[in-house]
Amino acid sequence: MKPAAFTYHRAESVEHAVSLLGELGEDAKVIAGGQSLVALMNMRLARPSALVDVSGVRGLHHMVLEPSGELRIGALVTHAAIEDYPLVIPGFEILPKAAALVGHWPIRTRGTFGGSIAHADPTSEWCLVAVLHGARMVIEGPGGSRTLGSEDFFGGPFMTDLGHDELLTEVVLTEPRERSAIREFARRAGDFAIVSAAVAYDIVNGRMSGARVALGGVASVAVRAPAAEAELEGAEATPEVFARASRAAAEDLQPPSDLHGSADYRRRLVRVLTERALADTLAGD
Amino acid sequence: MRTDSETLNVEFTVNGEARRVSIPPRRTLADVLREDLGLTGTHLGCEHGVCGACTVIVDGEPVRACLMFGVQAAGCEIETVEGLALPDGSLNDLQRSFSEHHGLQCGFCTPGMLMLGTAYVRRAVAADRESVREVVSSNLCRCTGYQGIVDAVCELVCHPDGTGAGEDPAGDS
Repeated sequence: MKPAAFTYHRAESVEHAVSLLGELGEDAKVIAGGQSLVALMNMRLARPSALVDVSGVRGLHHMVLEPSGELRIGALVTHAAIEDYPLVIPGFEILPKAAALVGHWPIRTRGTFGGSIAHADPTSEWCLVAVLHGARMVIEGPGGSRTLGSEDFFGGPFMTDLGHDELLTEVVLTEPRERSAIREFARRAGDFAIVSAAVAYDIVNGRMSGARVALGGVASVAVRAPAAEAELEGAEATPEVFARASRAAAEDLQPPSDLHGSADYRRRLVRVLTERALADTLAGD
Repeated sequence: MRTDSETLNVEFTVNGEARRVSIPPRRTLADVLREDLGLTGTHLGCEHGVCGACTVIVDGEPVRACLMFGVQAAGCEIETVEGLALPDGSLNDLQRSFSEHHGLQCGFCTPGMLMLGTAYVRRAVAADRESVREVVSSNLCRCTGYQGIVDAVCELVCHPDGTGAGEDPAGDS
């Protein structure tokens, strides 16, 4: 359980990191908190020839709520920093709840929001939140900066559109919602979720508006559940509506079967977790 | 195959003492502590971030020393289990509490549990038993001696009635 040898390069800035990645070639990897990468390296599932350590780069630790209501999150913000953030971020109350589900405390102290998004684990809480909130990924590369929506950014399990010489620097969460909640099921506290569900909506004239339902663990990337969203949209927030929407979320899904659970089991989890998450949104009433 | 031709000089403090090591980049902080500095109190269980036996404190935060490379610790303040006892060698409050509550059986997970507990006790101002259980769930004890460990941490941060400790009851003190 020792990693293969690599060369180590400390990036001083975003530009420096991009230039190092360009020089070092395709086998180099970015390391920030390292909480997924180092485990993979110890098991030799990953054998990068070089690591570009961006953890000391300044200017990527921000959380900024824009006047538009969008939230900009720097790639190096740790899970623990989001979990312990002292203020309520209007429209994104889901963030500390999701953060608390990421691994365990000693993982959250080092793991980063951007690292989790770039790693693109299909059951990652942050990938789920990114899909729920229509995230835009800000990417710096040799040719300058570009921005991708989550549907273009995530390509599959552990796959993104990031080039080997590009760095994810910021994630912009859009679509703030008054009410939101997240639920997941894992065999043990802190394990990877088998299935996760996140919901969000506004209340306009007593009815749900801008309803969103996102699911993790049911496809190669986190996905929205349009049928469930349609059930919620314009309806009153009642247990009956929630039950109907949760059934809709589970229909038409073709989740994977593996040793953690069959497709049928996952569909059942989707229904239960979506319903529980929706019930959580009424907890403050 | 790439070899360790390159070593890097890294400086940090361990338990308040300045240390300097010359290490290949692939050496984890856990191995640096154990192999280069002889601090074998930090144990290695799974070496992929699951068991928590290697938990140490870096710049005040609990971390898995197997998921951090030694070169990443440059300039950091590291605390290990060797730094817990008082200067005369007697146990500190948390260590004594582990002893009194039978918070260890074989002892393999104990250094990690103690460092996790140390970080938690410092920041927990109003903990309840459930929060302590959530924190302790981070580390594995294969003797399954969790009750004693939770009791030991609770002793320092929970009120006997199960509510938060460290709260100053308004006007009562």
